[in-house]
Amino acid sequence: MRPATRLARLGALALGIGLFGVMAIARVQAQPAPERQGLVLSLSKARVTITSSFSGDSIVLFGVVPDDLGGATPDVVVTVRGPNGSFVTWKKARRFGLWTNAESRSFLAAPAYLAVLSTRPPAEMAEADTLRQEQAGLANNRFVQRIGTDYADVVPGDPFRQAFLRVKQTQGLYFERPDAVEFIAPHVFRAVIPVPGIAPIGTYEVQVKLFENRELVARGRLPLEVAKVDFEQSVATAAQHYPLLYGLATMFGALAVGFVANLAFRRD
Amino acid sequence: MTIYLPIAELPVNIFTLLALGIAVGFISGMFGVGGGFLMTPLLIFLGVAPAVAVASVSTHMAASSLSGTLNYLRRRLVDVQLGLVLLAGGLTGTLTGVLAFMLLRRFGQLDLFIALSYIVLLGTIGTLMVIESLRALLRNWRGEPARVRRPGAHPWFLRMPFKMRFRQSRIYVSIIPVVIIGFTIGFLGALMGIGGGFLLVPALIYLLRVPTLTSVATSLMLTLVTMAAAIVMHAVLNQTVDAVLGLVLMVGGTIGAQFGARAGQAMKAENLRLLLGLLVLGVGLRVAADQIRQPADLYAVTVDEAKR
Repeated sequence: MRPATRLARLGALALGIGLFGVMAIARVQAQPAPERQGLVLSLSKARVTITSSFSGDSIVLFGVVPDDLGGATPDVVVTVRGPNGSFVTWKKARRFGLWTNAESRSFLAAPAYLAVLSTRPPAEMAEADTLRQEQAGLANNRFVQRIGTDYADVVPGDPFRQAFLRVKQTQGLYFERPDAVEFIAPHVFRAVIPVPGIAPIGTYEVQVKLFENRELVARGRLPLEVAKVDFEQSVATAAQHYPLLYGLATMFGALAVGFVANLAFRRD
Repeated sequence: MTIYLPIAELPVNIFTLLALGIAVGFISGMFGVGGGFLMTPLLIFLGVAPAVAVASVSTHMAASSLSGTLNYLRRRLVDVQLGLVLLAGGLTGTLTGVLAFMLLRRFGQLDLFIALSYIVLLGTIGTLMVIESLRALLRNWRGEPARVRRPGAHPWFLRMPFKMRFRQSRIYVSIIPVVIIGFTIGFLGALMGIGGGFLLVPALIYLLRVPTLTSVATSLMLTLVTMAAAIVMHAVLNQTVDAVLGLVLMVGGTIGAQFGARAGQAMKAENLRLLLGLLVLGVGLRVAADQIRQPADLYAVTVDEAKR
């Protein structure tokens, strides 16, 4: 691990601990009733396998609401977060008649994939504070920026933050679907998680939060794996673990194709 | 039918890729250029990360340039000696280019630099080629005889010290400009993801006065060596060579190149140069238009490579 990476991780960790502390205090104050843990969740597949014909997949999440919850149908928010990555958002400006990258903000440890699926727009489910604290809703997720030497998330209205979400949505890696969770029986809900072809490889986390009477009443989480298998896996592994061998093999392969083509199309 | 590219990590339609390979191969076969200046931007347009596009195109160019070099070797048109001197400068230039690539990427100005290089280089070379070929066409039309190369009328830079005789090319020139040309091609090739054939061929013809066919043949040999080296360098340093992507492009490219070469031989040299000039100029103008027009979204997101 490089020193810079380690520093960034330390920073993120310190921030995480701080936030956790704030959250814990806030929850004690805001939530008189203890949180129920009886939420049952299941995925149609715990592992998305990428083969040569992979062009995207859909994973179905089923959930059963705990019995001891009140009779009313709760609000459900399903958040799926892909592996974290660091991203830079650039703002272009006109300089000498050319549009060039002028200002930038670094987003550290932002999910490379983020899907927010819910029964109705999260903004209608609870108070803005609660939603922000629980990271319910696309705009309520935390995106830590590095501003100078500080690490912090900024107000949702920050143009760089909004642009980041917008660009990621255009790329098809961030989703917000306020009607994607449906109840198929009074206590059973279902959500389809879209996994696009360009989805990054790694461990995803599916997080489910139930809101009732504008309060968080239950939560649960499941891991989801996106991995290359078979041929795709062997090529990627070879490129990573035996780069020189892989490079030489590719080079000779290319030369062989050129040689064969030359013989095949020889005209004299 | 889609195919998942294991290193680029995205699915693409295999027929789109094949068609891309055939089209670019046709052009490269017709004009005797590598076609990297067309292929790299098109792959980026398909959604392939620039680093992967640049690295994978080099496999395609190695394959097609070997095929071409073998043809010219059989016809004894390759000036191996000239190629080796160019290569001495070229490999140094490639290394400098890779370092500059890393530096510019850190400051986020790589895209601008690449765009500016495309505009300046393609614009200049394209304009020069169009003017030159139009003049040649005009001379033909008037029925004037083509200018004969006068021996001994060398510009100053060919009269510098360390002169060397290149028998195949029938020139006796200083190796300083030759090494500098090689360095420039290597530098720009590493930085812009191009083989540099469209720069090297005119440089050899107009600056060093090498015969046209020998220029094309020697340029192909240079492309072959630099691209083969680039595959291994990219694989080891960046791990961005996508063998599957390269293979599909290669198959399309080598087929396209054969038809392109036939089409090219049926045309007059002046017409061919005019067409290539227009193509080069067109790509340059397209890049310039993209930079001058206000982008639809003022913001862009890139993966922070330094934090990976």
